[in-house]
Amino acid sequence: MMRTCLVVDDSRVVRKVARRILEDLQFTCDEAEDGMQAYNYCAHTMPEVILLDWNMPVMSGIEFLEKLRALPAGNDPRVVFCTTENDMAHIQRAMMAGANEYIMKPFDTDIIRSKFIQIGLLEDEN
Amino acid sequence: MKIADFELYKALLYERSGLVITPDKSYLLDSRLTPIAKKWGIPTLEALTLQIRALPDEKLIKDIVEAMTTNETSFFRDMKPFQIFQDNLLPVLSEKRKSKKTIRIWCAACSSGQEPYSLAMILKDREAQYKGWKFEIVATDIADSILEQARKASYSQFEVQRGLPIQNLMRYFTQIGDNWQLKDEIRSMVKFMNINLLESITRLGQFDIVFCRNVLIYFDEKTKSDILERIALQMEPDGFLFLGGAETVLGITNKFIPNAEKRGLYVKAGAAQLAAGGASPAAAQASGLASTRGNFGAPASSASPPAAATKPSDGSLNTTRPAGGSILTSGLFKRT
Repeated sequence: MMRTCLVVDDSRVVRKVARRILEDLQFTCDEAEDGMQAYNYCAHTMPEVILLDWNMPVMSGIEFLEKLRALPAGNDPRVVFCTTENDMAHIQRAMMAGANEYIMKPFDTDIIRSKFIQIGLLEDEN
Repeated sequence: MKIADFELYKALLYERSGLVITPDKSYLLDSRLTPIAKKWGIPTLEALTLQIRALPDEKLIKDIVEAMTTNETSFFRDMKPFQIFQDNLLPVLSEKRKSKKTIRIWCAACSSGQEPYSLAMILKDREAQYKGWKFEIVATDIADSILEQARKASYSQFEVQRGLPIQNLMRYFTQIGDNWQLKDEIRSMVKFMNINLLESITRLGQFDIVFCRNVLIYFDEKTKSDILERIALQMEPDGFLFLGGAETVLGITNKFIPNAEKRGLYVKAGAAQLAAGGASPAAAQASGLASTRGNFGAPASSASPPAAATKPSDGSLNTTRPAGGSILTSGLFKRT
């Protein structure tokens, strides 16, 4: 069975790049353009993993994460922040809010794979 | 690059570092030596080659050797060796060394330091559990420039995202400008030294665990066997050796025996007989299976049985085991 990753980012380019990487890693991708779209998606079906941008219109990534974790079964998805916010304060805030990992943009396949291995979403091939 | 020029670098690198450059890797000479030429104010790689032929400058040659021997690395590279270290080797050795309370670890060819620092972080996480213990991590490399970088322990945003769990970044690093500085509490746990593996390594003393991963692949068979045999002399009889996943001792040396369950892990020949009261092969395998997934961020809550990572006491099983293929593809390491 294919596993699902929800990519939440307001940039179409970033979503496209992320999708390509994630599909290579054998995930099915769905996309959301902001936190609100992501929230509506999750209220319907929980994906296995969420790749989450921080700064987005309508609803930010951090606000979405807090609302997600308050949902029934909202602790099920693994959430990996993926944002240009690269200071310790943001990282700490994200982890406090229940993120599982944190990627500082720019990212590449190696970084996503490495982070997914860290949180047990992928097996190490070596 | 002309064949004669390639041969010049090939001979030079072999003599100085044991590094074997094959023609299919000649692009590495181009990509890594062009910056060296620039650094020395030499316009082209051809001009650099001419200078080496005409009047070889020792410092220039050193720069060339360093540029060619720098290897890729990352924090917790390949993950599994570090899991075996924390889940199996630490419990085993802490039992065996409980009177001495000292464990010595050597990272050979440590490059910019990610491997020894990863081990240091694992040990720091378990500080309370190993109160009164002394862990010595010695990390060596042939290149002074890379050792300087390793000692400095300042890493780019890219480097701290490959293999390093975010909790470790938060706990052990400080952000300074664009870089991430490893804290002194981890830096001070590792001692860096310049060591050429072709030369004497006896001054390093005796080790309980040696990491020599993805180093030997650069050497020819004769050099590999020479290095492995001298490493064996620096290891305690019951010590452990890690090689890279693609490396093997088969046909190279009989001083080490691969552990049947843990890919990349080796024990010294004869250690199986030394291990007192080792677990049955089945028990060892079962416990190995149970402990292959770990979380580096959290201290180990339960220790594996002491014999988990040692060889089965049935030495004959190991010595009669056929070629590496069957060991390397043992069920434990297949993807699930």
